[in-house]
Amino acid sequence: MKAILIKGGRLIDPSRNFDGLADVLLEDGKVAKVGPKLAAADAELLDASGCVVAPGFVDLHVHLREPGREDVETIATGARAAAAGGFTSVCAMPNTDPVTDNQAAVGFIVSQARRAASARVYPIGAVSLGQRGEQLAEFGELVGAGAVAVSDDGRPVATAHLMRTALEYALTFGIPVIDHCEDVSLSAGGAMHEGLVATRLGLKGIPRSAEDVIVARDLQLAELTGGHVHLAHCSTAGAVAMVRTAKSRGVRVTAEVTPHHFALTDAACAGYDTHAKMNPPLREAADVAALRDGLADGTIDCIATDHAPHHYDAKEQEFDNAPFGVVGLETALGVAVTELVEGGVLDLPALVHRLATRPAEIAHLPAGTLAKGAAGDVVVFDPAAAWTVDPARFFSKSRNTPFAGRKLKGVVRWTVVGGAVVHRAGDAPAASAGR
Amino acid sequence: MTRGRLGKDLLGLEHLEADDIRLILDTAEPFKEISERAIKKVPVLRGKTIVNLFFEPSTRTRISFEFAEKRLSADTVNVATTGSSVVKGETLVDTARNLEAMRIDMVVMRHGASGAAKFLADRIESNVVNAGDGKHEHPTQGLLDLLTIRDRRPIAGTKVCIVGDVLHSRVARSNIWGLLKLGAEVAVCGPQTLLPLGIEQLGVTVFRRVEEAIEWADVLNVLRLQLERMQAGYVPSTREYYRVFGVTLERLEKAPRDLLILHPGPMNRGVEIDSRVADGPHSVILNQVTNGVAVRMAVLYLLAGGKPELAETAKGAPER
Repeated sequence: MKAILIKGGRLIDPSRNFDGLADVLLEDGKVAKVGPKLAAADAELLDASGCVVAPGFVDLHVHLREPGREDVETIATGARAAAAGGFTSVCAMPNTDPVTDNQAAVGFIVSQARRAASARVYPIGAVSLGQRGEQLAEFGELVGAGAVAVSDDGRPVATAHLMRTALEYALTFGIPVIDHCEDVSLSAGGAMHEGLVATRLGLKGIPRSAEDVIVARDLQLAELTGGHVHLAHCSTAGAVAMVRTAKSRGVRVTAEVTPHHFALTDAACAGYDTHAKMNPPLREAADVAALRDGLADGTIDCIATDHAPHHYDAKEQEFDNAPFGVVGLETALGVAVTELVEGGVLDLPALVHRLATRPAEIAHLPAGTLAKGAAGDVVVFDPAAAWTVDPARFFSKSRNTPFAGRKLKGVVRWTVVGGAVVHRAGDAPAASAGR
Repeated sequence: MTRGRLGKDLLGLEHLEADDIRLILDTAEPFKEISERAIKKVPVLRGKTIVNLFFEPSTRTRISFEFAEKRLSADTVNVATTGSSVVKGETLVDTARNLEAMRIDMVVMRHGASGAAKFLADRIESNVVNAGDGKHEHPTQGLLDLLTIRDRRPIAGTKVCIVGDVLHSRVARSNIWGLLKLGAEVAVCGPQTLLPLGIEQLGVTVFRRVEEAIEWADVLNVLRLQLERMQAGYVPSTREYYRVFGVTLERLEKAPRDLLILHPGPMNRGVEIDSRVADGPHSVILNQVTNGVAVRMAVLYLLAGGKPELAETAKGAPER
């Protein structure tokens, strides 16, 4: 394997609190040297001047649809989309068809990801068999096969008892239980955030309390059990406030927010744009402000995309009938730089922490650091370069983004996984890959 | 496709200017008379093809549109979902494109999903008239309610209270927009379970007790209570609803003599409204139905590019 020398960039490595000019030499798939003015005769040279060099991003929340819906995404196309977005590790949610609730299913994802040879893909196993909310899945076998967390995402962990036992049982394996917080009796039939916009559009709303009551439940149970709960896609000011107080009394809780939730409000649903339909729904300006505050003070640990590919036909429907979800891997950095860095919420080191170092810690992944000897997973991005979102250029098989046409700042120049370049700016998807 | 003063489509009253609403009401006036003739037909839309596309059951609205179309001499086709390719799984957009490939001029659509009319209008060239989309709007119902009130009193300054299931009501939304734009004072009254969040922010007063609403209002627009609401737990029973929110003769005793009672139909007698009220002197419920045809004629005429100032001449001399 040819060595790679990344020269002239601003190295940001939150794992070592480092922010300064430094070169990075990757050899044998690992970080070999970090320091000023490195030289290596045989190495491929990546000129990172004007760019940030950072540990590759880690996404704790993607839906890669394989097995089951290979028409909208595969592990290969999803991993390639991740690489295009600067992500070197992504965690695949288990709500596939069939559900990733056994070691064979986990093994399938691991082997498909190895063949894809792009971003690393870590499976998340189901909390309950079939995600039916009844019987615990075999966490030990899931972890043995490569799962890094468990979740019934797509739906909440169905009952308080199941959540309690999942948190307790997960302690043996040291994995987080990731919950999609939604009281389905409060959200049933809802299509968007319950508020004035929903009232005007005549759409059934999903109240904030649908999320908040389950967040409250999970925090109580994490406190009771000492287990680690990770709250997926927080969307409400109430969730942020509860997590903040729970953390202050030592509850083992971590939390994520998606780019669309910190960038958009329910106003995006006006005109019945199905690309603004996601679950949890886009909330209001006060929630967006609270989520940004949470990111800034660390209450919200990390950014995760909830990348949820859907077929064109599925979104080309009446709003009520369209499925929830948007793709996010290829726009996350741009939205984050534009909204959070330019918006004065996070500086670049804090952004890298929320996109790489912190999510890696949450799922105990060998990532999020460029310390000597660490995996050679690197992203080089230009935070000042502007671009316009054109879904036709996505590597993802799906195009369902609410950011189409948006001007964003922050362009990925190179993504390197295990010491090999897996994405270069200007790479275009093969024509056959898209629709 | 034609583009008249109102634009291509009538999707709702929220995005119409007050002047456009007045224009439709004014244009409806001369059309009222056509329905009183022995031969109820004028050649205004001769040669135009209109499809009535009803994805939800409807008697009153569908028949009212059909009369309006026929009295303007349009060629009409009715498509109901039962027996159409929709039950075979065809998508809305495919249904619409196939209809359009048959070179139609207008689509009148009733659909269970909010936003369906806009969805269709954005994707086809033909004029689209929203005959009710989910819980969003039912603009021609709003317009006929406005016309019915205006027949009896100026709308500006009139106090109108919409009573009942506002949460699930497209009629309520169209009424609220239309009334506010024309300067009425608007209130809603019903159990909080059936009132949408943030309704006050639209400039609407909320009454929790129907007695207070009756004391305040010049006009009550009483909404139908769907029986599904009991199963979904919004209200305990029709019996209790009538007892607490029913518009009864006893409650109207305190009302001013000229209080108007509207109801978009179909009525649940003895649930939201007392039969003695529905059939009593305050009721203008059948006038609403009559006005519905005239309002729909006006909407179709204007969307087809008809000149409002010519509406009087367009209808021709009364047949003798």
